[in-house]
Amino acid sequence: MSVPVLSAALVGHQTPSFDVEIEKGRLRLFAKAIGETDPVYFDEAAASAAGHRSLPVPPTFYFCLEMERQDPYDWFSELKLPLGKVLHAEQKFSYHQTAYAGDTVRFHGEVVDVYHKKGGALEFLVHRNFVTRAGEAIAEFDRTIVIRH
Amino acid sequence: MRNSLKASEVQVGDSLPPLELPPMTRQTLAIYCGASGDHNPIHVDLDFARASGLDDVIAHGMLIMAYGGRLLTAWTSQDNIVEMDTRFQAMTKIGDQITVTGSVTEKTERDGTVLARVNLSAADQTGEIKTTGSALVKLA
Repeated sequence: MSVPVLSAALVGHQTPSFDVEIEKGRLRLFAKAIGETDPVYFDEAAASAAGHRSLPVPPTFYFCLEMERQDPYDWFSELKLPLGKVLHAEQKFSYHQTAYAGDTVRFHGEVVDVYHKKGGALEFLVHRNFVTRAGEAIAEFDRTIVIRH
Repeated sequence: MRNSLKASEVQVGDSLPPLELPPMTRQTLAIYCGASGDHNPIHVDLDFARASGLDDVIAHGMLIMAYGGRLLTAWTSQDNIVEMDTRFQAMTKIGDQITVTGSVTEKTERDGTVLARVNLSAADQTGEIKTTGSALVKLA
């Protein structure tokens, strides 16, 4: 039997809130990085013609914005997660409305679940982020990490 | 205008147009590293990857998930995407040629809105599954 690193007491642990301004150039670079060919994501005229008020934030980009903090892995150290053994197991997003270049969004995180499989050989932790713009819900996303023993 | 699919146009069993990517390159990972803000060296630094017990660098799982996002937003305006989830199953290596596919598995109604459940899968040229997942999409 391996010694568990994660305790159920971590559920409810809050990670610091922070604000991020969504930059147009960053969205264009992201579009390039993922090979995006739909001009809605990099050309303002195309975005406008499609009814968007600026370049929209693509579906998975909130995960990237959350990494804007000075140290995106600060809560890993705080919870004493063994970085070398941590893998990204699952990722889920729920959307309420689209955010756009120029918007400032706020992230607030919380540990919402801790569980294990295979008699403790695999430990899972779910970290949920709430994304809001001026208090209105934009999206939530859950990052499930696994620690393999 | 924004593209919304009508409920009558979408049937269970429909396939989404697949997204075929070119072979994975180090340059793609370098650009994604900067664009995504995920600077984990396992994706760009060969020395670090080898010291971690790998033969070579590996792609960011979130890059493969972003390809799934592209598949969806090519099919419908992203305003219609309600949920998207992914399970990371296998590592994507340099040279792997990813194809993302999707199909409609269910039509359902929630609060008066018709929704389609879409299964998503990304595999390489040998058929190895890299990610599986699903999305919930609003229909007009």
